[in-house]
Amino acid sequence: MQTYIRTALAALGVTLLGAAPALAQSIDEQVNALFASSTGWFVNFIFSSFPGTNFPWIVGWLVVAATIFTFYFGFVQFRFFGHAIALVKGDYSDPDDAGEVSHFQALATALSGTVGLGNIAGVAVAVGIGGPGATFWMILAGLMGMASKFTECTLGVKYRNEYPDGTVSGGPMYYLTKGFAERGTPGGKVLAVLFSIFCILGALGGGNMFQANQAHAQLTNVLGDYPGWITGIIFATIVFAVIIGGLKSIAQVTEKVVPIMGVLYVGTALIILLLNYDKIGWAFGQIFEGAFSGLGVAGGLVGALIQGFKRAAFSNEAGVGSAAIAHSAVRTKEPITEGFVSLLEPFIDTVVICTMTALVIVITGQLMMDPETGKFILNEAGTAIKTVGDVSGVALTSAAFSSSISGFKYVLAIAVILFAFSTMISWSYYGLKAWTYLFGEGKTKELVFKVIFCIFVVIGAAASLGPVIDFSDAAIFAMAVVNIIGLYFLMPIVMRELTSYTQRLKTGEIKKYA
Amino acid sequence: MSGKIVVGYDGSAAGRRALDFALARAKAQDSSVLIAHVLEWSPYSFLTPDELEERHVRRKEEMARAETAVIGPVLEKLKDSGVEITTVIKYGHIAEKLAEIAKDSGAIQLVVGRDGHGSLAARVFGSVAGTLVQIATVPTTIVP
Repeated sequence: MQTYIRTALAALGVTLLGAAPALAQSIDEQVNALFASSTGWFVNFIFSSFPGTNFPWIVGWLVVAATIFTFYFGFVQFRFFGHAIALVKGDYSDPDDAGEVSHFQALATALSGTVGLGNIAGVAVAVGIGGPGATFWMILAGLMGMASKFTECTLGVKYRNEYPDGTVSGGPMYYLTKGFAERGTPGGKVLAVLFSIFCILGALGGGNMFQANQAHAQLTNVLGDYPGWITGIIFATIVFAVIIGGLKSIAQVTEKVVPIMGVLYVGTALIILLLNYDKIGWAFGQIFEGAFSGLGVAGGLVGALIQGFKRAAFSNEAGVGSAAIAHSAVRTKEPITEGFVSLLEPFIDTVVICTMTALVIVITGQLMMDPETGKFILNEAGTAIKTVGDVSGVALTSAAFSSSISGFKYVLAIAVILFAFSTMISWSYYGLKAWTYLFGEGKTKELVFKVIFCIFVVIGAAASLGPVIDFSDAAIFAMAVVNIIGLYFLMPIVMRELTSYTQRLKTGEIKKYA
Repeated sequence: MSGKIVVGYDGSAAGRRALDFALARAKAQDSSVLIAHVLEWSPYSFLTPDELEERHVRRKEEMARAETAVIGPVLEKLKDSGVEITTVIKYGHIAEKLAEIAKDSGAIQLVVGRDGHGSLAARVFGSVAGTLVQIATVPTTIVP
């Protein structure tokens, strides 16, 4: 009897082993098909274009908002840029508050949530489709986005919830509810609920699946091809250990290594630019020319513009509302100071880091150009520019960096995985805050969300880039729809804070400690 | 009453030696003693979102623990010492904060202990006593 079982088990084992690769492949395919078909309608709605154009209304929505905030607050991002740096340095912090969350810490944590694959993979996608010109629109959108970020983070701190035990919870769901109630405007609660739903989807999409997906792409780039669900399960296990198992040490290590990686990334990019210093002028020429002509990319000028704006928004999350959650914990008597600090975020994220990625891709000549016409050559499908290695996303960035500094792809692989991981941890927190806003606090309720979050890590790693990136963008932009409606209603409140603060800064009532 | 002596105290044996030294000085010259306990803290460290949320609570807990575990017992022990004793608990870079407390309280002397171990660690990270030698603005005694 025993021999029978043993033989049967051995036979089963052989069969399973033989079938494993095919099985693995089909799991990936099934996940992909199911995912694409179940999210398509949502993606189509968010990215539908203005009638008669190919300009998605959502991109216009974000840029118009950023422009309105920029003008409404009188170019606050430039007027208070220096003051923001002084705040981060702690010049205005009360020494008696030492030991509390500082402006620097709130900014650093928020940044490690936003600086991530958007800066490495997202920019590569943008430049790959929209050409160098996309960089120009990306920088512009980043500069404008600083005003959106300022608005939402000021409100995030002003209307945060402080609980008797001393913990704080903040974010759009709180300012939408409390701010609207204060103004006597109805609908705040509805917006808050909608925001929370989209925030959960965004956390599972851009904050999770996109990260897992690109981390897998990076791993296969270094290790060779293997099924995505394997990466997914490994990642899910680590995420599980941190957010459910309470293994804080992993998160703490990531939190400390990520800034170092960020500096290393920008540093390497600068070295590559210096190595190619003779082409810097040419690269900027390409960026400006591409911005207004498209240089033959799919969709021309509008194509470049859409890609630039989309990537900037996806990368720095200005107007999305996520940063308002991260910035809420700071210790300050003036909510607006956190608004000033937060406006540095799109600057560092988009204007500095994203631009570095774009410049390296352009300057190392990854995008194939027709030497006769000076226009880019499109791939067979006509959807993106043909690249040297026929790659896109993070693989394109990797190719660009490696072409100058061989072996950098390994450093980049580590950076991508760490960025992906820290972004996941941040978004699991944002998602959880939205979840508890909807369903209330409680161990079991929180556990349900955390388990769902881990499952989506696996799905994200297994699905192919197209559907994942579409869904991620769509969910994050849906947050922005709700959040920005709220910001329009609440911006007079921020204006009052700004006027009062500027006044007191002038009279010396708000003074430097250091 | 002539002047105030600030002593850096962290509950360790070295801190205890510094305190004893300061008390003996204080008795001899009729000074008061300010026991300063500094919790290491940098506003430029990196925290996770969860840590940010809980920071205010943790700080309260850390302050309470410092009060009950470090400052409380020593006050209890010294209540009959005949020296006027005050205490302060602060967050910050330990050496810088001690120097600042000594300066701001108008102390005539600052006393700290040193454990004399871990010379390698001290070389890499710098020691409190070593840093104070460089930055203190009042006469500083280092008790071995």
